[in-house]
Amino acid sequence: MLFTSYAFVGFLALVLLGYYLVPGRWQWPLLLAASYGFYFAASPYYLLFILVTTASTWVVSGRLSALTAEQQAYLAANGQLSREEKKTYRARIKKRKWAWLLACLILNIGILSVTKYTNFVIRNISHLVGGGLKPVDMIVPMGISFYTFQTMGYIIDVYRGKQQAQPNFFKLALFVSFFPQLVQGPISRYGQLAPTLFSPHRFEEKTFSFGLMRILWGYFKKVVLADRILAGVNTLVRDPAYTGAYVFVAMLFYAFELYCDFTGGIDITIGIGEAMGIRLPENFDLPYFSKNIKEYWNRWHITMGTWFTDYIFYPISVCAPMLRLSKWSREHLGQQVGKRVTVYLSSFVVWLATGIWHGAAWNFVVWGLANYVVIMISQELEPLYERFHRRFAVRGKAPYEIFQVVRTILLMSMIRMFDCYRDVPLTFAMVGSMFTRFDPGIFADGSLLQIGLSGADYLVLAVGFAVVLGVSLFKLKRGSVRQALYQKPAGVFYGTMALLLVCTVVFGAYGAGYDSAQFIYNQF
Amino acid sequence: MDELLEILRSLHPDVDFAESDRLVDDKILDSFDIVTIVAEIYDVFGVAVPAEEIVPANFNSAEALYALVERLEDE
Repeated sequence: MLFTSYAFVGFLALVLLGYYLVPGRWQWPLLLAASYGFYFAASPYYLLFILVTTASTWVVSGRLSALTAEQQAYLAANGQLSREEKKTYRARIKKRKWAWLLACLILNIGILSVTKYTNFVIRNISHLVGGGLKPVDMIVPMGISFYTFQTMGYIIDVYRGKQQAQPNFFKLALFVSFFPQLVQGPISRYGQLAPTLFSPHRFEEKTFSFGLMRILWGYFKKVVLADRILAGVNTLVRDPAYTGAYVFVAMLFYAFELYCDFTGGIDITIGIGEAMGIRLPENFDLPYFSKNIKEYWNRWHITMGTWFTDYIFYPISVCAPMLRLSKWSREHLGQQVGKRVTVYLSSFVVWLATGIWHGAAWNFVVWGLANYVVIMISQELEPLYERFHRRFAVRGKAPYEIFQVVRTILLMSMIRMFDCYRDVPLTFAMVGSMFTRFDPGIFADGSLLQIGLSGADYLVLAVGFAVVLGVSLFKLKRGSVRQALYQKPAGVFYGTMALLLVCTVVFGAYGAGYDSAQFIYNQF
Repeated sequence: MDELLEILRSLHPDVDFAESDRLVDDKILDSFDIVTIVAEIYDVFGVAVPAEEIVPANFNSAEALYALVERLEDE
């Protein structure tokens, strides 16, 4: 049941209606039933996987909380213990907690790895031994990367003592399976989501309308823009004959498609939550206005980035062996090189993991490492940029900032071409052709009307692009568009909503036997 | 405290660390800075800051960071 299917729209309408009709204390159980119904409709087998994750996390989080409470009680009751005795006791409890955490992580990351990566491993082994190994029939549960990460974040927080364990199994089950965010995030933290997820909500016109407006905005971006430009992108990236300037066009089109697709999906998700008074974390902060790649990654898929930082980058960077390595490096390689070692190694692991998380293919591995290389190079060039900025006083000047933004978009879009082509060598060849065989003639001779997009498509896309850019600029300079519209007479707010609805229905990329394209991030 | 301020100033010489109390919230310190600070604290004070202590509240000001180091030394 895709977000863009008629079935989902009907399902959502029923859930929203039911949510405000049942008594407040029945709202979260209703959401749990709806979430499991949503998942069951996708495939009954998926339920088994999500239940294993939920049950194992519930058992282990209970044990971790009990051990934390046991430690607190023991230390409070034995105040006379020496510092060393307390330290030994803490270490003993920590060891037991670590064993529970490790078991939970191995089980759940193991399920994720086996379901998602078995065939990738088989393909590579087969390639190494000269063929003969056949892929196995493997169920990959919908949204497994997202709900596994969200749940493992929760269990690590409980282990660290930053989060109390949820004793109610069914509440934890809802946190794991909440249907709007199940398939493409955002990856919520328990502490952020739980307060509004489980509390009762009365119908409030403003909250509900704001949620609906955001849902419609998400559908507009997805159905009118992303699904429309998709035809052009597919034509260009599926046929290697489209080289040179065509690759440049594909690169820009894909950048726009992915933005509208992913942010559109997240708008729908956050909007659904908002319509029910449930606050989900933001996943984007106008990423295409970033001035460098590091800033871009702080503003794109934010919840994934912070997840990797908190649960992989920091633990690796500050573990005892890494601290010893850092000290050794400073002593033997000098301060400047030595202090980079930790950051470089940990970042490498994070970007490798980020690439693998995105998909079981070498394209994604190379994509992750390409991001790593660019970020490290820009990190090394920072002193040079500083000197340049001091020498030429361009910082803060509009033309220079526009240059920085465009440079970042082009760089990120180019790296992202690894998503598009079937393998790594072809991606290198096609991107290379942009520089060696660029024929600007295709922009004037009508060639771009032969790639599955008509003049009318281009008109809709151009207007849509202008609207998205206008809304983004307004948000950047003046804040919430919805708030600004809401402060006008009611007709303006609701008129805009109606216009969005009409535009989505009229200009959505529907065809005969319409079946909207799956959201790109659903596959992750 | 002086040693800690020296570590911080070596990363961002232009920031007034004695006064700032929103170092993480205002994105003055990023994740790369934080792991560098943790490594230097280990060198200078012999204290290992565990990952669970890497939260904005502990890194938002030099004072909070110093309190963290003292607490970890005590434990």
